[in-house]
Amino acid sequence: MAMEKSRPLWDNPLQFVFACISYAVGLGNVWRFPYLCQMYGGGGFLIPYLIMLIAEGMPLLYLELAVGQRMRQGSIGAWKIISPYLCGVGVASVVVSFFLSMYYNVINAWAFWYLFHSFQDPLPWATCPLNSNRTGYVEECEKTSSTQYFWYRQTLNISPSLEASGSVQWEQALCLTLAWLVVYLCILRGTASTGKVVYVTASLPYCVLIIYLIRGLTLHGAVNGLVYMFTPKLEQLSNPKTWISAATQIFFSLGLGFGSLIAFASYNEPSNNCQRHAIIVSLINSTTSIFASIVTFSIYGFKATFNYESCINKVILLLLNAFDLEEGSLTADNLNEMKDYLMTTYPQEYAQLAPQIKNCSLEAELDTAVQGTGLAFIVYSEAIKNMEVPQLYSVLYFFMLLMLGIGSMLGNTAAILTPLTDSKVIASRFPKEVISGVVCFMNCIIGLIFTMEAGNYWFDIFNDYAATLSLLLIVLVETIAVCYIYGIRRFEKDLYTMIGRKPNWNVAIPSMGCHTGAAGDQGLPRLCPGCDRAAGGSIHHVHTPGSTSDFYKEETEEGTSFNCCMKADSWTWEDLTLVTSDWALLEDSSNHYL
Amino acid sequence: MLRALLFTLSVVAIAHAELCKPEAQNAFKVRISIKTALGDNAYAWDANEEYLFKAMVAFAMRRYSSKSTTQISNVLLCNVTDRVSFWFVVTDSSKNVTTVPGSEVEAAIRMNRNRINNAFLLSDKTLQFLKITSTLSPPVEPSTPVWLIVFGVVLCLIVAGIVFLVVSGIQKHKKKNKESTERENLEEKDEVTLENGIPCEALDLKAGHINGVFAADDERFTSL
Repeated sequence: MAMEKSRPLWDNPLQFVFACISYAVGLGNVWRFPYLCQMYGGGGFLIPYLIMLIAEGMPLLYLELAVGQRMRQGSIGAWKIISPYLCGVGVASVVVSFFLSMYYNVINAWAFWYLFHSFQDPLPWATCPLNSNRTGYVEECEKTSSTQYFWYRQTLNISPSLEASGSVQWEQALCLTLAWLVVYLCILRGTASTGKVVYVTASLPYCVLIIYLIRGLTLHGAVNGLVYMFTPKLEQLSNPKTWISAATQIFFSLGLGFGSLIAFASYNEPSNNCQRHAIIVSLINSTTSIFASIVTFSIYGFKATFNYESCINKVILLLLNAFDLEEGSLTADNLNEMKDYLMTTYPQEYAQLAPQIKNCSLEAELDTAVQGTGLAFIVYSEAIKNMEVPQLYSVLYFFMLLMLGIGSMLGNTAAILTPLTDSKVIASRFPKEVISGVVCFMNCIIGLIFTMEAGNYWFDIFNDYAATLSLLLIVLVETIAVCYIYGIRRFEKDLYTMIGRKPNWNVAIPSMGCHTGAAGDQGLPRLCPGCDRAAGGSIHHVHTPGSTSDFYKEETEEGTSFNCCMKADSWTWEDLTLVTSDWALLEDSSNHYL
Repeated sequence: MLRALLFTLSVVAIAHAELCKPEAQNAFKVRISIKTALGDNAYAWDANEEYLFKAMVAFAMRRYSSKSTTQISNVLLCNVTDRVSFWFVVTDSSKNVTTVPGSEVEAAIRMNRNRINNAFLLSDKTLQFLKITSTLSPPVEPSTPVWLIVFGVVLCLIVAGIVFLVVSGIQKHKKKNKESTERENLEEKDEVTLENGIPCEALDLKAGHINGVFAADDERFTSL
């Protein structure tokens, strides 16, 4: 009478949707999409972006969710079911997720660091620290800016090259440990704890983004940034890099190929409407990208205008001091005329000054495109320090970064842990908490590499190479596996079984090969001759704790019903009416479980 | 008499002009930005303000050298421009034609910089003594860095949460184990007495009604 543990489920479909949103909406939406928008034509970039979303993002997302929901296993188990030779795809997903979780949590550590330092007045990155005899500022800081100094020297303490590893920075190591403890707390109980946490991690960033939108749009000079962003430069559409960037952004933004979506979907009820959820999640992800880029560009505009005006003021001060003119005689408006006047009146002194007089240009300030950690930690903090009540905005912003990062981490760790807890070898010996703890601990120890002085170089290496080409390959094999090896017709049928109607389009990236592959599927023997559904039938899922199979009672429009049983590991329909001769007994047994 | 007076005055004036001129020895340039500092409340720079400035410099010299010999007339101003910037020099009262060494003046000004700034409602940036670097005030640093305090609070909360979850998980696990072992023990005693998954001993015999037909007597077999 041993009780077999049934698969834990999400409490309601909303938790699943929130988990997917929390995973997909991550730091890339905030710091990569605005950069791409700026580089590839501003408002015009939205055209290839939306085309790629519909052509590539939604189908692939649907594919992964459907595979996970149908196979009800993590990535290794799911691909093993499709074909035993394909469990390598699952293993590859787990390895890539492991690489990602190693370095991704370092970003959360940095967010924690900045968050903790936001509780001071003035903000530590607002001014340079004083040098030893207190006559001026530290030289390194004078040459760059105070925000860059804080990031490169006081946060990272970066060494000159990769070879000079330096020592582990204890402050960063502490923050990394804290970040891993937070992740462990969230995944400790599996879906029970994760399901509650994703309510917060999915919704809080939107609150902060709205606050920032309102604050950003009311900042002086924000309009400059928005105009700059949304003016479409349609000639960029002819650049193939634009389309490639749109495709890769959609691809990586949704987090395909890591196995996280399969893991999340495997905790779903089999009758969950994953098609609707796939559309919702991909639309929300893209909308958030656009929304975040509006906020980012108003901040850009504010920062560029501030820098431009500072530059102009510096030039004015320089001229006033050099020629001893009255204060207020030089303003931003008459600067050019006065410069010409001074050039003609005092040619020698002006020639001496000429190298120091910079040509201030708003365009040049707006053109400085930044992405990645540079945007998040340097540009934003520079903009924040110039706002009123900077501590409040700083806390809000870095808290939002933290929520985004932790939401993505939950998905990554789910991708690693779900196959581990599914495998009977490991799961029977150790409880879930111990497995999660071991994984978190190992990742934390390895992550200490990124807290060394050369850690940021290692971070860049991992960021650029760990998860790029391998993911594309994994998803390609996934698509081929589902289309050819599993069979597109069979998959369509399973989807129909789960969600009650045929999918609106074929689940595949636009490749006609899948259609030809489906033609080859006709030869496979039908496992369940009587299993063709009548249109409009409703399926009731009866879940029995303690059995390895799920009972389904289906009632068709004609009023007849027949029961089918699906085994968890083979997902075949067995028409029990053929097996049991006694119809009454069948009815009775089905009622027993209802 | 009048001629002698005029002569001394002109000599003094020329001497002053010699002592106080741009780039003279021991002379310092001062640059004042009143409009930047005070905006609408800016006052105009006139002869009275110059008098105050001379007084402040004399005060600084007196405080520094602690011999009350420097007079306001010892401080010479020249080349006042619209910017408002000018040069000044401090003459030695004992010897009329020489100036106090620049290092002394610099030290005196540095010592009393705060007082001089406050007299004019200005700051180090808006009342600049070129060549005299100001000592910047260090930022207020608490004994424990603020970030460590916040870090400690968050760390304690997270660890408390983890410990709570882990301990409650272990307790639930133990309870489940105890229940299942109890059930197993119950079942192992007598396999026969399992009916529909319910052990017979667990049935409440009082609620049942013994059917007399079947359990009337203890005889299992009918008598021959």
